[in-house]
Parts: sequence; structure tokens; C-alpha cells
Amino acid sequence: MKAIDLLEETYWALTANKVRTFLTMLGIVIGIGSVIAMIAIGQGTQASIQASIQSAGSNLLYIVPGAQHGIGMQVSSGRGSARTLTQDDAAAIASQVPSVAAVAPQLALREQITAPGTNTNTQVIGTTPDYAGVRSVFLQEGSFLNANQLASRERVAVLGPTAESDLFATGTDPVGKAIKINQVDFRVIGVTVAKGGSGFNNPDDVVYVPLTTAQQYLAGDRYISQISVEAADAASMDAVQAGITNLLLQKHRISNPALADFSVYNQADIVATASTVTSTFTALLASIAGISLLVGGIGIMNMMLTTVTERTREIGLRKAVGAQRKDVIAQFLMEAVAITFSGGALGIVLGWLLTLALTLAAGITTQISLFSILLAFGVSAAIGILFGYYPARRASRLNPIEALRYE
Amino acid sequence: MIELKSITKIYSNGDISTYALKGISFRIKDGEYVAIMGPSGSGKSTLMHILGCLDTPTSGQYFLDGKDVSSFSEEELADIRKEKIGFVFQAFNLLPRATVIRNVALPLTYAGVPKEKRFTIAEKAVVSAGLDEDHLHYYSNQLSGGQMQRVAIARALVNNPSILLADEPTGNLDTKTGEIVLDTFKRLNNEGRTIVLITHEPDVAMHAKRIIHIKDGGIISDESN
Ligand SMILES: Nc1ncnc2c1ncn2[C@@H]1O[C@H](COP(=O)(O)OP(=O)(O)OP(=O)(O)O)[C@@H](O)[C@H]1O
Ligand SMILES: [Mg+2]
Repeated sequence: MKAIDLLEETYWALTANKVRTFLTMLGIVIGIGSVIAMIAIGQGTQASIQASIQSAGSNLLYIVPGAQHGIGMQVSSGRGSARTLTQDDAAAIASQVPSVAAVAPQLALREQITAPGTNTNTQVIGTTPDYAGVRSVFLQEGSFLNANQLASRERVAVLGPTAESDLFATGTDPVGKAIKINQVDFRVIGVTVAKGGSGFNNPDDVVYVPLTTAQQYLAGDRYISQISVEAADAASMDAVQAGITNLLLQKHRISNPALADFSVYNQADIVATASTVTSTFTALLASIAGISLLVGGIGIMNMMLTTVTERTREIGLRKAVGAQRKDVIAQFLMEAVAITFSGGALGIVLGWLLTLALTLAAGITTQISLFSILLAFGVSAAIGILFGYYPARRASRLNPIEALRYE
Repeated sequence: MIELKSITKIYSNGDISTYALKGISFRIKDGEYVAIMGPSGSGKSTLMHILGCLDTPTSGQYFLDGKDVSSFSEEELADIRKEKIGFVFQAFNLLPRATVIRNVALPLTYAGVPKEKRFTIAEKAVVSAGLDEDHLHYYSNQLSGGQMQRVAIARALVNNPSILLADEPTGNLDTKTGEIVLDTFKRLNNEGRTIVLITHEPDVAMHAKRIIHIKDGGIISDESN
């Protein structure tokens, strides 16, 4: 039998029972569509998390108080609340560790902030002027904290865009306006450019004040919660990390590094942790979608078994007029493959529309990858061939008369 | 040349065995026109299926043009069915949800004939089987019994077989259409083709040059007309 005749026979067979063909195809369409959409959500999330980590600045090292227990235990160890780091440590790092480009000590607090008529609860970061350079903070209005304000403990504040829009109506220029942080009067001197990101840990929902001011008016002590260090270049990261560790061990008079009362992380560690989390998330989504793809495949096998049984007499007749066993196999296999391939193509379109809708309507970051398309298509082709082959082979083995007698 | 040597066919369903053919032997030379008669259940269709290489005997040998077909593989049997034999089934066995022309052209698809040629050959076969050309594009389930029978005959003729086997080809036809079909058979026989048909009607059997009577799976008479 010629290929063109085979295609024509397949067309006739599939259009003879359009509803059933459509329903079988639907299983595959939904399966593939959801695999593609799920993977797109997972990979989109991964990309946006990595972008927001990178937007914090480049060649960064973070020093936080408390012992290192491994990155995975950040939450439970309560690190950050321990009081072991001071501004002296930051100053020592800046002056004594080689290849350090800039150092920004930070004191992070959560405070109630009020402006006339509004209020918000947000993160207040007490820091030094270098912070803007180290953490890639840019100003859209006004200016960042300066050295004088730091030295004289001025009550000035720079608002992140989310904090700004929470406190002031759109269109009003907040620079020069008064706000209260924890009942203390502050004057707004600038608004930063949005970094992007959302939800928990939004880098734009923040208020920056001079470190000294924060220590005096808000915290009431001299400790800091984090030091951000920018290394001169990527190659010196490891050396800087080691230098900081040695320096601080010395300063804190600790001889056993295992008992250190601080931890040093670099950006790469954090990116790596985040990607393990997000790839687990992607795998989870993909396996849920994979189950629906499997269900679609079982639908195909079910349909192939039913059609083969229903069309046993037809198979008998075809063999009686000279069809070889391989012609019969080819015919049924072709039907299964045609269903999975057209279902696969429609599924890709559906998956694409779904991700588009998710991005437009729900604002979820998505990223369709060639990998997910190939994966979904490969799986559907495998399903079609595998689940089509078995019933086709079974049908081809019947003797023509037995097949014709089949009721 | 068809030669059967003590062909038996036993159907066994679990404990019950039916002896449908009990040692049939005969020869049919090329160009003969043979009618097979016998009561219902005597084994006529079973015999015909074996002659048409659609089924294999339980024991015995079948020589077709000198070759022992009973030892052929499935692929070889399919080729013989495709090249040498046209078969008209007692139950027609048309493809449902397919037009007359597609039904008739089906054997040509497996013979690798190109599409346009298939349809011209199929049209000719439809006409020689005595069916109106108007019916070419009817679906096979929209036809009367007699029309289906003629489609089945056209399909058996379409690959220009040297042996035509017909299981009660006139059973569903009125006398006039029956005559058309029998005339076609006669013409094909005059062209040198071997014809074997099964019938209950002595009138139909009279068209053949030789009549074989069977009963209970055995030959009871074999005489020329
Ligand atoms: N697949 C089968 N399984 C079991 N028995 C069968 C099978 N096919 C036929 N038989 C039996 O074989 C015998 C011969 O059947 P066959 O169909 O050859 O009869 P027939 O002469 O063609 O009858 P009719 O004139 O009614 O068509 C019958 O007794 C029938 O019951
Ligand atoms: Mg019969």
C-alpha cells in the first residue's frame, strides 16, 4: 500500500467517527497543553526569582549574625536576630580586607509608618550612603542618604516605590514631605526606582534611613543585622569571603571557625538554593501535568482497542482482498499517530494560549521553552506509537475468515 | 489449475468438533465453469474459503497452479488473494461508511494501482457487475441487498482475477439482474477465467459446465453438464 493511500485511508477512518476522534484527541490536547503551561509557569518563576536575586547587585557577599547552619536552615535558626555584628565590623572589612569595593552595613527593622491620612507596615533599613552602589539602588526623585546625614543622625528617609505609593496619592511629590516612623518624625528626601518583584520580600516595599538614625531612634542599640560587601570582581569573591571570615573571627576572638557567631554567604549560593527550590517546583507542576498526559494516552489506547474490535470485520475484508499484515498494522498505527500528532499540535497552541492568559490576566511570569514543547510532543508521539501498535498488531494477526465472522 | 487432495476441515470449539469437510478431492482445470450445490450446512462456504486461500484446511493438500498452497506463509497467501482470486462473499462484506467506488477500488489499493487509474477500473467493474453508474457515490449502507451483491461482485472482478469464486452470487437478485450477473460470469469464463460458484438454484447451476454436489462435507456427485 502506498503512503498517499495510507494517509487517505487514515483520513476516511478518522472522519467517519468525528465525535470519537475529537474526544480522543481532546485528552491529548489537554495533557500536552497543561504540560507546556505548567513548565512555563515553573520556568518563568525560576527566571524571575533569579533576576530579582541578580538585581540586588553584582559580586555581592552578605554577612549576617549567627552561626552557619547551611542555607536550607535560614528560617529555623533565627539568624539575623542575634546581636553580634556592629558597624565597627563593617568599617574593619572596608579598611582591612583586600579587593573589597564597597561595604554597606544594614539594620533591618519592621516599623509602622504614617503619613497624613495613611499608614503602612513596612521594612525600614538603616544603612550608609554606600548601600546605593553596593545594592544597585537608583533614585527616580530626590537623592539617597549622604555622609552628613549619617554623621549627624538626621531624620531623613528614602522611600521604595511600593512604600511611596502606599503612603502618598499618585501625582503628589513626596520629596520634602513629613512621615512618622514608629511615632518619630522623618523628612522624605528621595524615591528609588522599582526593582520589580512581588509578594513576600518585595524589594520595593522598603524605607531607607541613615544607620545611625535607625540605631538611635528606632532600635536603641548599636548592633546591625547584615553587612553587604561588594567584591572588586567575580574572581576575587572567594578570597574576599575568606578574608572577611578571618578578620571577623579575629575581631570577635573566636579560635574555632565552627563556633563563628556570623555567617558569610555569596550571591552564587543564594542563586543555587533558589534554583533547587524552583526546579523542584517546576518538576512538581510538570509531573501533575504528566499525569493528565498519561490519561490522554490511555484514552488513545482505549479508542484504538475499541476501533480495532469494532472494525474486526473490516480487517478481515481488507485481508481477504490482499492486504498484508503490515498494511493492517500501518493503517491502525497511522490512525493513532495522526490523532496524537494533531492533538499534540493543538495542545501546543492551547498551552501557549494558556500561558499567555496567565501572564495577561494573573500577572504570572511564564516562559515557554523549546524543551517543554519537545518533551510534550515526544511523549505524545511515543504514546501514539506504543498504544496504537499493540491493538494494530493484534488485529493484523487474525485470519480473514475468523475476522469476518467476528460479531 | 486447482487440485484438492483429501481436504478436511474441523472446527473445534472447546469439546465440540464440527467436521465441515471430510476428505474432499477434485481438480478444476483453468477456464472451467463449476457450480457447487448442496444443502445448507453441507460445507460449501467452508470449501470455497479454502479455495480462495482465505482459510487453511485442517489436513490435506491444495495445489494451485502446481504449488502447494497449504504450506504457504500468510504473506504468500495474501499475495495470491491479491493477484489471482476474486471472491464474492455470501454476506457481501462491504466497507460500511464508504462509497460504492471506494469499496470496489479497495483491492486495487493493496495492489498499488495509482488513484485515478483505480477509479476508472472500478467504474468499469461496477458496470460489468450490472449496477447503475448513478450509484457510484452512494454509501454502501444506502443500497438494497441486490445492489450490495453487485458491488461485492464488482469488487471481486476489479483486480482482473484468473479465478472467480462466488458464494451464492444471485441469492439476492431478481431473475433479470441475476441474468445480467450470470451473463457477466459467462463472458469472463469465455475470456478464459476459471469460475466457481455456489448456488441453491438448479437454473443457475445450469449455466455452469460442471456441477459438484456435496453433502455433510463430502462429494456425492460430480458431473459435467
Ligand atoms: N467458524 C465455525 N466454527 C464452528 N463451526 C463452523 C464454523 N463455520 C462453519 N461451521 C460449521 O461447518 C458446517 C459447514 O458450514 P458452511 O458455512 O460451510 O455451510 P454452507 O454449506 O455454506 O451452508 P449455507 O448453504 O447455509 O451457506 C456447518 O455445520 C457449520 O455449523
Ligand atoms: Mg454458505
